[in-house]
Amino acid sequence: MASLIELANPTRFMRLSSRLLPWFVGAAALLLAVGFYLAFFVAPADYQQGETIRIMFVHVPAAWLALMFYSMMAVSALGTLVWRHPLADVAQKAAAPIGACFALICLITGALWGKPMWGTYWVWDARLTSVLVLFLIYLGIMALWRTLDDPSRAGRAVAILTLVGFVNVPIIKFSVDWWNTLHQPASVFRAGGPTIHPAMLWPLLILAVGFTLLALALHLVAMRAEIMRRRVRTLTIFEAERLDRLAAEVAI
Amino acid sequence: MAASDAREDALALTQISYPPLTLSAEDLACRRGGRLVFENLDFTLGSGEAIALTGRNGAGKSSLIAMICGRLRPAAGRLRVTGIGDAPLMEQIHLVGHRDGLKTALTARENLDFVQALLGEPGLPADEALAAIGLPHVAALPVGYLSAGQRRRVALARLLVSRRPLWLLDEPASALDTASQRMLVGLMQSHLDAGGAILAATHGPLGLEAAREMRIGP
Amino acid sequence: MSEAFLAILKRDLALAARAGGGGELALVFFLTLVVLVPFALGPDLNLLSRIGPAILWLGALLATLIGLDRLFQGDEEDGSLDLIRASALPLELAVLAKGLAHWLTTGLPLALAAPLLGLLVALPAEAMLPVAGTLLVGTPALSFIGATGAALTAGLKRGGLILPILVAPLTVPVLIFGVSASNSALGGTVPFLTPFLILCALSLATLVIGTIAAAAALRQAD
Repeated sequence: MASLIELANPTRFMRLSSRLLPWFVGAAALLLAVGFYLAFFVAPADYQQGETIRIMFVHVPAAWLALMFYSMMAVSALGTLVWRHPLADVAQKAAAPIGACFALICLITGALWGKPMWGTYWVWDARLTSVLVLFLIYLGIMALWRTLDDPSRAGRAVAILTLVGFVNVPIIKFSVDWWNTLHQPASVFRAGGPTIHPAMLWPLLILAVGFTLLALALHLVAMRAEIMRRRVRTLTIFEAERLDRLAAEVAI
Repeated sequence: MAASDAREDALALTQISYPPLTLSAEDLACRRGGRLVFENLDFTLGSGEAIALTGRNGAGKSSLIAMICGRLRPAAGRLRVTGIGDAPLMEQIHLVGHRDGLKTALTARENLDFVQALLGEPGLPADEALAAIGLPHVAALPVGYLSAGQRRRVALARLLVSRRPLWLLDEPASALDTASQRMLVGLMQSHLDAGGAILAATHGPLGLEAAREMRIGP
Repeated sequence: MSEAFLAILKRDLALAARAGGGGELALVFFLTLVVLVPFALGPDLNLLSRIGPAILWLGALLATLIGLDRLFQGDEEDGSLDLIRASALPLELAVLAKGLAHWLTTGLPLALAAPLLGLLVALPAEAMLPVAGTLLVGTPALSFIGATGAALTAGLKRGGLILPILVAPLTVPVLIFGVSASNSALGGTVPFLTPFLILCALSLATLVIGTIAAAAALRQAD
């Protein structure tokens, strides 16, 4: 908790994040390189789905990250509303486009996988549809950020929207499942142990960690950019007022 | 200093004088929402003259300006302009209303460039107009970043980017500090010297020696 | 005069790009509508693909109407409309410039996105081009019919609600010919070109009528 409070200071955050960033990027690059090598050259093709199974190596981490980033945004929203952490709304604003991007990647790879498997790019199956709804929620949050001008007011409004969305995500998931169950049963984390072949599981796990690190690195960069954007904005306004006062004094 | 250069440019520009023009109102009456705001209003405003329009809130100051802009039809009487030939009155008018007429998402320079292209008769370039009102440093800032007084001055800078003889100002000095008010008086004086005319609705004194006060309403 | 026309066009495009204007919101709203329909109808791809053009057209129509009330309202609120009135540019041409900017930032992206959203409703590949094409020539009609409504409601606080009510009935012909031209690509007795050309004619006619009517409405604003 103490470190969290120290981190609350944006200057400290800037210093710490600039030191962490190279490690995140390096580790992500290494894991992604190894993971993709294993995924494309070592892992066998599926006996039913053939080479298309390799899309899963991107599709699954993207889906996981889309959810994870939304959860992170919900925590940040609490940070804004309850703890009034000064970096919380920065974290939340920076997370939205990244989460939306992974949701979109998940949808696109799902569609590409669906074409050979289902014979059509899009099927209204429960899990894809849930991700699509999540994507829409992301877009709504980004739209609200863009519409409200003042960062602190926008931060609180978006935090409320994010939490309402978060409470709704399980309900949406349940409703969509009810509406349509067509997809194969979940196969990675099952009570009876994974049914997926180890030669495929390893690259998947490595890639999942690699993508997560990449996403966190992107998140840090986006947060730094947002902090600097706000600083530039504040400094510009100050400077305009200072020059104004100066000009007035000269005139007198 | 660039600012004082620009001020001299502004002065030099106003040396090119406007052709003479007279705006006259005869027995003008205004009715809004069934209520008679004012009636029997007569005045003449010629080149080089200024009228300070005073009166209580709701006395019809803004309504009179809206009427001259053609946005409101007189309930009785008429407005006449002589000296501009066939050109419509609208194209002689330069309006700084009680709203600033600025887009907060655009920079001060973009706002002024827009007005210059829209109204024609180019006067000073946007940057020089901003220098003339003492805000050269905000040219590249979005207007949304500026304080109320700064916005008001950017709105007043509009008067310099296009040259039109008849200035209609609605509370031009609102939100301005004393230094800026002096700047405004300077702008208005050089406009009058160039043969322009000014009609300004105002609560306080306009600060122009040449201005006549015209009180409307009860 | 053309300088003033271009200035208004350029300014509205810049505003749309900078302030998160209506265009991208309309696009998101379009996507949302298309996503909602299958939840109501069920995920039957055969049914969806049969009514796909209708879904896309309805979505585009509502997405266009939803932000239209802001077309003149922003300019009315901050006083820019008074500046535009004082320009030598006839008010009709100013309306044309604003309507054109609205179409470029709303109608055009909707038409371009339509094939992509068509995937969601299993629109057959041969129908994608016709649907996008009909939206491309049909959405200007929506923008300019809407401009009249926007001009009438420019000074109203609650214009956002009343505008679709005023304008929706007037868009019926556009909807009829737009959907029927798109459907003709899916088979049927009507050739594509007949309704398509009528749609073009509707757009051109509303371009003129809508501009004149909107300018007249703006003149009456006070």
